Amino acid sequence: MGAVIGSLLAGILFGAGLTLSRMIDPAKVVGFLDVFGAWDPTLAFVMAGALAVAAPGYALVRRRRGPLFAAAFQIPTRRDIEPRLLAGAGLFGLGWGLAGFCPGPALAALATGLAPVGLFVLAMIGGMLLAGVLARG
Amino acid sequence: MENFTPLSGFLGGALIGLAATLLLLTNGRIAGISGILGGALPRLGHDRSEALGGALPWRLAFLVGLPLGTLLVAALGGGLAPITLQAGWPLLILAGLLVGIGTRLGQGCTSGHGVCGLARGSRRSLAATATFMAVAVATVAVTRHLLGL
Repeated sequence: MGAVIGSLLAGILFGAGLTLSRMIDPAKVVGFLDVFGAWDPTLAFVMAGALAVAAPGYALVRRRRGPLFAAAFQIPTRRDIEPRLLAGAGLFGLGWGLAGFCPGPALAALATGLAPVGLFVLAMIGGMLLAGVLARG
Repeated sequence: MENFTPLSGFLGGALIGLAATLLLLTNGRIAGISGILGGALPRLGHDRSEALGGALPWRLAFLVGLPLGTLLVAALGGGLAPITLQAGWPLLILAGLLVGIGTRLGQGCTSGHGVCGLARGSRRSLAATATFMAVAVATVAVTRHLLGL
């Protein structure tokens, strides 16, 4: 129960942060990516704010023996930079640039009730399912 | 730069960092949205990243929390500021597919690699973040300034 409540609170905080910073608005995101146009550096300040809290936050939490409501930390351990990582990041960057939506803001923006946001999220879920099939083959 | 909002951006970012820290403290998990969503979907294939999968309830709770957070800010701030979509529905579908495939193959998105990965000093996340940032900047440059979309 604690795990689910902690996760729900983290999700709410995350969504609130995306909304307060206006990152749920694709126009703000594309404004950051558009370095050759009317550049809006806000996204860099969002990343800076997130890292200013998460970097010391992570360091503090990882001094604990484990999390509060789960058996152990589950943190990725791989260190190699393989072609699949970069190819996936490239495809993601292409889609991100086309729509100005990445997964978190798109899910938070469902709260606007706009049908095209739902369409993007459904296509994104379709892409995730497809990636599972591709990885199997 | 008339739309530049550094203060609300930094404060919003701090909330995101706090959320990531809270999820690690309570669940021991990385707050990567694509990983949390991908791990909640039915398995159509064997993906090495699925070693981190499983445990549906905490995933669903986090995902439901995202739009709830948006509604909370709207309630406290006297309404939801409008958003402006940047593409019509055919392009939104294509972009959604690319984001879905890319984040699963690349095992992370702006949150998992860009925030959590950089916060713990991961080389892989730095490489992934540099790649998707560069490709996204190039995509906007081409579509806005070369093709005039």
